[in-house]
Amino acid sequence: MSIVEFRNVTKTFGPVVVLREVDLNIDKGEVVVLIGPSGSGKSTLLRCINALEEINGGDLVVDNISVKAGRSQVRLIRQEAGMVFQQFNLFPQMTALENVAFGPRRVRGISRAEAEEQARALLAKVGLAERGHHYPAELSGGQQQRVAIARALAVKPKLMLFDEPTSALDPELRHEVLRVMQALAEEGMTMIVVTHEMAFARQVGTRLIFMEDGKISVDGKPADLLANPENPRLREFLQHVH
Amino acid sequence: MEFDWSVIGEAMPALLSGARLTILITLAGLVGGLAVGFVAGLMRAYGNAFLNAIAFAYIELIRGTPIVVQVMFIYFALPVLADIRVNPMTAAVTAIVVNAGAYIAEIVRGSFLSVHRGLKEAGLALGLPLWKVLVYIIGPVAFRRMIPPLGNQFIVSLKDTSLFIVIGVGELTRQGQEIMAANFRAVEIWSAVAILYLLMTGTLTLILRVTEKRMRIL
Ligand SMILES: Nc1ncnc2c1ncn2[C@@H]1O[C@H](COP(=O)(O)OP(=O)(O)OP(=O)(O)O)[C@@H](O)[C@H]1O
Ligand SMILES: [Mg+2]
Repeated sequence: MSIVEFRNVTKTFGPVVVLREVDLNIDKGEVVVLIGPSGSGKSTLLRCINALEEINGGDLVVDNISVKAGRSQVRLIRQEAGMVFQQFNLFPQMTALENVAFGPRRVRGISRAEAEEQARALLAKVGLAERGHHYPAELSGGQQQRVAIARALAVKPKLMLFDEPTSALDPELRHEVLRVMQALAEEGMTMIVVTHEMAFARQVGTRLIFMEDGKISVDGKPADLLANPENPRLREFLQHVH
Repeated sequence: MEFDWSVIGEAMPALLSGARLTILITLAGLVGGLAVGFVAGLMRAYGNAFLNAIAFAYIELIRGTPIVVQVMFIYFALPVLADIRVNPMTAAVTAIVVNAGAYIAEIVRGSFLSVHRGLKEAGLALGLPLWKVLVYIIGPVAFRRMIPPLGNQFIVSLKDTSLFIVIGVGELTRQGQEIMAANFRAVEIWSAVAILYLLMTGTLTLILRVTEKRMRIL
């Protein structure tokens, strides 16, 4: 059953067409890795799913709700689709624990004590049980990104969107974030991940999508595509990211 | 010329009652100015085209005219136009509310918009309505950044109350002026008045410093 359904979706910024009549179905449990050259529309595609960008044409249905259904429906979509950003975007005035407890408290409306108990469990899950009382500025990039993942998970989404979650990190910090993402995939979380980490795509991804100029030009199994990229531009792209 | 301390001693009760009035006008005016400024600033930053235009017109009108003209308008022109009687004190407080409100609106707008866009998106992405994002996420970060420019505005407004001499409010400058007119001791009186202003602005600066130190700027 598909959880995300792009139907002929077009997205423009002024005169610039960024998504060109995209059709795409993503099923529950898929781990979709999205790759493509800079400016091809990967972030935009991801941001349309939780309506951080408004689509201009076609329709986009997430967990049976259209992104065009109005504000309160959009908020429901956002609760179902957690997002992790390249720049972490943790709330700087809150500790790690408060960051994670924030969503459940203010979105789901549960009590502070209960939210913080859940938050502690989530921080433990991303390997940061000891860091709950630290402010974001006191954490490394890799730790901040893991808090951000816990924060998104706290609202209990059915789907997780990752926009280059490791690109802002030093190479030696990337694996700690990727490990958390892999564990999440193994639990059966539906994930859409924009990344240049081809090892992650191969080991964790169930599907690889190559975007070019606002369109999906290759869509298939990561193992096949990475071993034998028939599309010449995909082949060239892979040579550059390896 | 000899500096006659006894003149200051005699003038002090009147000057202090003037200073008290200055503080009162400033406090009441700034409380109102903060309320008006927050509303107008948020209308500018997040309102639709209509709300934005209203706030913009208000801010430009106030910033484009001198505060003396504004208080004269409130005190002398409004009664003619709208048939409302205003006493000098009300006119003075209203003038600070309206005037400081416009400048505070720009401070509020600037500091909210200076908060990294990613924080707003992270809040919205959790499924929060915009107002909750503003109250719980952007607001607390923006507020810390507002403290220095707000402090500036508080000091400007406090000193602006001296201009209300034109409508006869008995604030500090007016008191000084009246005593001076009676005894012609300009040096003593204006020195005392200046020092009282310095004490008030100095206290304000101190309070702001402490507040700023207590809050980490994010
Ligand atoms: N807010 C915006 N306003 C105008 N143009 C935008 C905006 N956001 C993105 N674009 C444009 O849309 C196109 C696609 O951008 P997008 O960020 O989706 O690409 P991307 O594939 O994620 O690239 P990258 O790998 O560099 O992150 C680019 O040409 C970009 O300049
Ligand atoms: Mg991008």
